Amino acid sequence: MSQGVTMPPMRPVDVAVRQETESQTHETVFDIQGLQAGYGSNVAIKGVDLEIYRNVITAVIGPSGCGKSTFIRCLNRMNDEVPSFRHEGTILYHGVDLYGDGVEPVEVRRRIGMVFQKANPFPKTIYDNVAWAPRVLGLKKDLDERVEKALQSAALWDEVKDRLKRSALSLSGGQQQRLCIARAIAIEPEVLLLDEPASALDPIATQRIEELMQSLKQDYTIVIVTHNMQQAARVADRTAFFSIDSDEDGRYGVLVEYDETPKIFTAPSDRRTEDYVTGRFG
Amino acid sequence: MSAVPMTQELRGGRRLRDRFGDRLLLIVTSAAGLGAVVLIGFIAYKVIRGAHLALSTFGLPFVWHTAWDTNKNVFGAAPGLYGTAVTSLIALLIATPLALGIALFLSELAPRSLRLVVGSLVETLAAIPSVVLGLWGILVLGPFLADHVEPWLHNSFGFLPIFSGTPQSSGIFVAGVILAIMVVPIVASVCRELFLSVPPELEEGALALGATRWEMVRGVVLSSSRPGIGAAVILGLGRALGEAIAVTQVIGAGWFIRSSLFAPGDTLASRIAGQYQGAVSKLQIASLFYLAAILLVIGLLTNLLAQIVVKRFAFQRTGGS
Repeated sequence: MSQGVTMPPMRPVDVAVRQETESQTHETVFDIQGLQAGYGSNVAIKGVDLEIYRNVITAVIGPSGCGKSTFIRCLNRMNDEVPSFRHEGTILYHGVDLYGDGVEPVEVRRRIGMVFQKANPFPKTIYDNVAWAPRVLGLKKDLDERVEKALQSAALWDEVKDRLKRSALSLSGGQQQRLCIARAIAIEPEVLLLDEPASALDPIATQRIEELMQSLKQDYTIVIVTHNMQQAARVADRTAFFSIDSDEDGRYGVLVEYDETPKIFTAPSDRRTEDYVTGRFG
Repeated sequence: MSAVPMTQELRGGRRLRDRFGDRLLLIVTSAAGLGAVVLIGFIAYKVIRGAHLALSTFGLPFVWHTAWDTNKNVFGAAPGLYGTAVTSLIALLIATPLALGIALFLSELAPRSLRLVVGSLVETLAAIPSVVLGLWGILVLGPFLADHVEPWLHNSFGFLPIFSGTPQSSGIFVAGVILAIMVVPIVASVCRELFLSVPPELEEGALALGATRWEMVRGVVLSSSRPGIGAAVILGLGRALGEAIAVTQVIGAGWFIRSSLFAPGDTLASRIAGQYQGAVSKLQIASLFYLAAILLVIGLLTNLLAQIVVKRFAFQRTGGS
């Protein structure tokens, strides 16, 4: 992964001054212990221990191939869709093992929503995109209000309120991504997983998504995977840095450091973190 | 480093041999393209010329007249049209759900190893020569339907005119079932491709919202492929409308319109196939050509319809509202 070019050490990324984060007092949503995951005989991540707190934005950063996406997809069992997926260790969600006996992936995803790297609105109207999941889940009461509320929370209502019956595919990329966020929060999940939600968007659309995350934080626990360090520094309260390690199992991702965002970016305790956030690596 | 020397003239730089390939490609491909158009025109011309005598004798009323009397030399197409419509309808009613099931299984549900085996078996079904299928229809399917399925339909739904009458091992119903078997592979393989072309991101998006597999299939896979399914069914219809041999073998040859599906009948294609050899008068041959012309028009219209549906579908998928 080293690029062979020595870059001058960058100034540590600007970090907004924050109040003492109260994550210690926050309730634990996910308690991940000894997580190992991979596909077939490939190990993608190994030995991950991590706690994710309620109403906190947690960023997952790291170089490509460090298993960020595999990790976040474990949290709502999206990896179940890959037949060769294997995992070890436990992920406790409010004390319940997500992969335990009798746990339905459908129920998991109902509570833990996900937004993907590429905006994936359904080829339906804007209204139907948001209304689809509530209809499927039988939340048909006051559907119009529910749709409006979701679109408002996703900061999209003002732009689309006059064309709810138009195809969602007529929206711009940034609008489509906010529509996907609206679609996810229309069923009022507790957690929102964002897998590089802004990587395909221009800076202005990215900024809107980041502002949106700050306002969503009051109601949702957010985990965001990003390859953009500045983005993590701007939006996240806590940051987990993943890196690549290797042994006889091949190359796999490991959790190097996990702490308050300002600490990760200004006073990391691990050399690898420092190299990464100062731009010497990755 | 440039492949072309900078000193080379811009005009006439390439040798004639290079140009020759381009020219040849253009000539060969345009000849092939034109050839197809000319062939269609030629066939249509021949069919209409063959039907000329019947056209001038009976005119348009031929289409709705029911007689087929070689002694009195009076002919009409109505029973054949009826038979064609009804057998095709039966075929589509049976084949569409079956084909959709197969396609969904192969594209969404079956384990990877099974997909290949079952998929190629279904395609093999399309490779069975229709004569063979017709023979099987006479020997196996017809008697089976007459002994088990038709009596059950008659006992349960006999109050409907279509299920009245005595079960028979050859007739409209048996022909419809044979056609269904022939239509299934076409519709199934087109639909499978269709379902596979649904972007996986959409399926993931639906699953990530807590949808079950069935809800995902219904809400995303089926709904975004609806016009394509329509086109696939029309393609199958095209096959059913024109099939001659297997239908001739099991339909029982009868030029009349009966309400019972168990009764024998004829389709346009089966009448042509069944009578052309033994035709006794010029007018009868011309009438058979007239039937062929009607079949040709129906075939072309069906094809056109399928194309329109597919166009609309492409438009919908790329974002028109």
